[in-house]
Amino acid sequence: MTGILSAITFVPLVGVAAILLLRAFGQTGERADTAAKWIALAATLASFALSVLLVFQFDPANTGFQFLEDVPWFAGLHYRMGVDGISVLFVPLTTFLMPLCIAASWKSIDKRVAEYMVAFLVLETLVIGVFCALDIILFYTFFEFGLVPMFLIIGIWGGKNRVYAAFKFFLYTLLGSVLMLAAILFMMGVAHTSSIPELMQFKFSPSTQTWLWLAFFASFAVKMPMWPVHTWLPDAHVEAPTAGSVILAGILLKMGGYGFLRFSLPMFPHASIQFTPLIFALSVIAIIYTSLVAFRQTDVKKLIAYSSVAHMGFVTMGIFSGNAQGEQGAIYQMISHGVISGALFLCVGVIYDRMHTREINFYGGLVSRMPFYAAVFMLFTMGNVGLPGTSGFVGEILTMTGTYQASTWTALLAATGVILSAVYALTLYRRVIFGEMTNPALATITDMDWREMAIFAPLIVSTLWLGVQPNLIFNITGASVDALVGAWRVAVAG
Amino acid sequence: MPLSDLQLAAPELILALSAMVLLLWGAFAGRASTAHTVASMAALLAAAVAAVYAPHGRAFAGGFVSDDAATFAKVAIFVASAVSIPLATGWFARRGDSRFEFPVLVILAALGMGMMVSAGDLISLYVGVELQSLALYVLAAFRRDDPKASEAGLKYFVLGALSSGLLLYGASLIYGFAGSTHFDVIAAAVGDGVGKSGVLFGMVFLICGIAFKVSAAPFHMWTPDVYEGAPTPVVGFFAAAPKLAAMVLFARALADGFAGALDQWRQVLIIIALLSVFVGAFAGLAQSNLKRLWAYSSIANVGYALIGLASGDQAGIQSMLMFMVLYMVDVTGFFACLTALSREGKPMETIQDMAGLFKEKPGMALAMTAFSLSALGLPPFSGFFAKLYVFKAAVFAPNMAWVAVAGLVGSVVAAFYYLRLIKVMWFDAASGPVEATPTEARVIAIGAAVFSMPLVWLALHWLDQWAGAAAAAFGHS
Repeated sequence: MTGILSAITFVPLVGVAAILLLRAFGQTGERADTAAKWIALAATLASFALSVLLVFQFDPANTGFQFLEDVPWFAGLHYRMGVDGISVLFVPLTTFLMPLCIAASWKSIDKRVAEYMVAFLVLETLVIGVFCALDIILFYTFFEFGLVPMFLIIGIWGGKNRVYAAFKFFLYTLLGSVLMLAAILFMMGVAHTSSIPELMQFKFSPSTQTWLWLAFFASFAVKMPMWPVHTWLPDAHVEAPTAGSVILAGILLKMGGYGFLRFSLPMFPHASIQFTPLIFALSVIAIIYTSLVAFRQTDVKKLIAYSSVAHMGFVTMGIFSGNAQGEQGAIYQMISHGVISGALFLCVGVIYDRMHTREINFYGGLVSRMPFYAAVFMLFTMGNVGLPGTSGFVGEILTMTGTYQASTWTALLAATGVILSAVYALTLYRRVIFGEMTNPALATITDMDWREMAIFAPLIVSTLWLGVQPNLIFNITGASVDALVGAWRVAVAG
Repeated sequence: MPLSDLQLAAPELILALSAMVLLLWGAFAGRASTAHTVASMAALLAAAVAAVYAPHGRAFAGGFVSDDAATFAKVAIFVASAVSIPLATGWFARRGDSRFEFPVLVILAALGMGMMVSAGDLISLYVGVELQSLALYVLAAFRRDDPKASEAGLKYFVLGALSSGLLLYGASLIYGFAGSTHFDVIAAAVGDGVGKSGVLFGMVFLICGIAFKVSAAPFHMWTPDVYEGAPTPVVGFFAAAPKLAAMVLFARALADGFAGALDQWRQVLIIIALLSVFVGAFAGLAQSNLKRLWAYSSIANVGYALIGLASGDQAGIQSMLMFMVLYMVDVTGFFACLTALSREGKPMETIQDMAGLFKEKPGMALAMTAFSLSALGLPPFSGFFAKLYVFKAAVFAPNMAWVAVAGLVGSVVAAFYYLRLIKVMWFDAASGPVEATPTEARVIAIGAAVFSMPLVWLALHWLDQWAGAAAAAFGHS
C-alpha cells in the first residue's frame, strides 16, 4: 500500500487542478460554480474513501511507522511520509469533516465559489500532510503554509470584522512557529538528520531539551490554543464562515495536540517532565477560566469557541499526564471534539444561514418551529457537556483518571470544568431553543432541509457510536500509545 | 602580462568590448532599436557562458581572481542584468522615451559587478565598485525630465560618493598598516598580528563602505528615496544584481582578506544585520508606496543575508549566496509586476492601487502573492528555503543562535506588511479596470513566480551544489 498517504494527501489537489482547468477554459458563472462544488465534493469524498482504506489496512499491533514513503530531496532533506497509531486517526478525521464542510457551504457561499473550493481543497492537502509528514521540514512546510488558505478563507468569506481576525490569526500563529523553526534548525544540526523517526531516537542533552521544548511549546500552545495565547481563536471563529469554523475547531486545533504527542513528549522527555506543572496549571486555568468566559458570551459562535479552549485544556492535561490512560484520553478527546465541535458550528451555521445573526438574544423558542433542529442541537450539546453515551464523555473521563494519577489537585480542579461546561452549554441551549418565541422575525423560520440532515447524519452516528464503542479507537491507538509512554518512562529513568 | 590572464578575464573583456561596440552602434544609428537591445542581451548571456568556461586562477598580479565563487556570482549577475533589459526598454518605449544608452549602461554596470566579485585586492575592489556605481547613478536619473528621477540620481550619487570615500579611507588605512593591497598579504598581516589594530580600524571603514552599497542599516537612508524616484524597471535591476555583487564582494574582502579577524568583523556584521532586519521590518509598516515598501523589504532581506555571512564559515557563505540568488528572482519578478500594471495610464505604485487586483488580473495577483509570501519566508516558497539556509548556518555559528531567533522574530513583524498587500489584492474591491499587461513583463513576472514555487524545489538540488562549491572557494588566498 505504499503511496496511499501521498494519494490521500494530494487527491484534493487534483480537484484544484480540475477547477482551475475549468477556469482556464473560460468557464465562469453559475454553471461553473456548481461544477466547482461537485468537483470539490468528489475530491474530498475520494480522499475520504482512501483514508477509510488506510484505516482498514493499518496494522494496530505494529508500533512503528507504516505506509512509509521516502524520496530524497535536496541538501539532505527528504519527502518522507508515514503514520503510526498516534497520527493515523487524524487523517480520516480530516477527510471525514471536509466533505461535510463542502456540503455545508453549498448554499451559504455565493461569491467567488470556485476560489472558495480551491482554498478548502488546498487546506485539506496541507492538514493531511501535517499528520503524515515524517520529515521535520516537510512537516513545517505543511504546518506553516496551512495559514495561507485559512487566512484567505477568513479574510474573503468571513464576517464584518474579518480582516482584523485574519491578521490576528496569521500573526499569532506565525510568531509561535518561527520559534519552532529555530528549534528545528538546531535539532537538524545536532542530530544530522531531518527524519522525525530518527529524531525521536536521538537523545538531546537535558539542558538543550529545555530550550527546544519551550520553542515547540510556543508554536503548539498558540495552535492548541492554550490560555493565555488563546485570544486569536474566538475572533477567528466569529469571523470565519461556518465551514471555516468547523475546520478550525475540528482539525486545525488538533495540530497542536498532535505536535505535543509527536515532538515534545518523545523528543524532549526530560523537559516534558520538568514543564508538566506548567502545563497542568495552564490547562486548569483554561478549563475553569474559559468556561466562565464562555458563560458570559452573547454570540453563539464565541461561546462555542471558548468552550473549545476549555476542552483543549483536557487534552493538554491528558497528554502530559505521563500514563497511557491520559494520553489515550487526549487522543480520544481530540477526535471526539473534532466531531462534536464541528457539528456545533454547523448547528450555528443552520440558524445563521436563515437569520444572519448569531446573537443569543435574537433567538428563543426555536423548538416550536424547528423540532428536528432542536433534537440535533440537543445531542451535540450533550456531547459537548460530556454526557455518558456520547463520545465527549470518554475523552473527559480518561484524561481525568490519567491526570488523577499524576496530580490529584489538577484532576480535581479540572473536574469542576465538567460542571461549568454543563452550565454554559445548557444555558445556551435553553436560551436559543426553549422559552417563548418572542422575536417576530423568527415566526417563519424553517426546519432543516434534507441537505442539512444529510450533513448531520454521519456526525450523529459517529458521536453516538464512538460514545458506546470507544474500543474502535483504542484498538488502533493502543499499542502506539503504550510504546510512547514506555519509551518516555525509559528515557526519563535513564 | 601573460596572455592567459586575458583568458581568465574573458567575461569582462566580452562585456567591455560589446559596451564600446554597442555605444558606437547607437551613436551612429542615433536611436534605440530592437536589434540593439537583443545584441546587448546576447552580449550579457555570452559573458555568462564565458564565465562558466573561464579557467580558474589569478590574473593581473593577483588583482583578479577567477574561481567557483566568481563563476557562480557572474552567471547570476549577467543573467539578471540581461533579464532587466527587455523589461526596461519596453517600459521606456511605452513612454516614448527609449534611448540606446540604456543597455550600454547596464552592460557597464554588469562589467563593474564582474570586477567586484573577482576582486583579489583593494584596487580592483574599488575600481569595480566605482564602475558599477557610476553606471547605476546614471540609470537612476535616466528619465532626466522627471524631477523625481533626477532627485533620486543626485541623492544616490552624493551618498554613494560618501560611501566610496569611507571605503577608500579604510582601504588606505589597511594598506598603510598591512603594507599591501592584496588580500592574501593583508590576511597574513592580520594573522601575524602586525599592526593589527590599524588594519582592523581600516576594516571597519571598509565594511561601512560596502554596507552602503548593499543598503544595510544604518547606511540604508538612500534606498527608499532612490527606489521611489528611479524608473520602476531600473529599480528592479538595482534591487537584484548589484546587491548580489556587493554581498559577494563583502565575502571576498572579509573571508579572503580578514579571515584571521573573524571574531571582530562578525560583531560588526551582527549589529548591521539585526539593525537592517528591524529597520526594514518596522519602517516598512508605515509605507504606502510599494516601491518604498520593497526598499525596506530589501533592507530587511540584506539583513538576513548578512546574518548568513556573519556566521563566517563555509555554510554561512553558502547560505548567503543561496539567499541572494533566490531573493534576486523574487525581487525581479516583483518589479516586473509593478512595471506591468497600470490603471488609466497611471502606474499602480501604492498599496491601495492594488485593490481588487485578484479580480482584474488573477495571474499578476497570484504572482505578487507568491513574491510577498516568499519575501515573508513562508514555506514552500523559495524565500523560506533561503532563510532556512541562513538560519541553519547562524544557529551553529558560535554564540549566534540568538541572532537567528531575533531575525525570525523580525520576520514576523515584516509579515504584517506583506499580508497587508495580499489583503488589498484579494479582499478589497477594485477601483477601476487594470490595463492590459505588456508581454515581456508578464512573462518575466509569471516565470519568476513559477520559479519561486514550485520550480525552486527542483532547482535547489543544483543551486545547493553550486553555491556549496562557490562557498568553498573563499578563504584560500
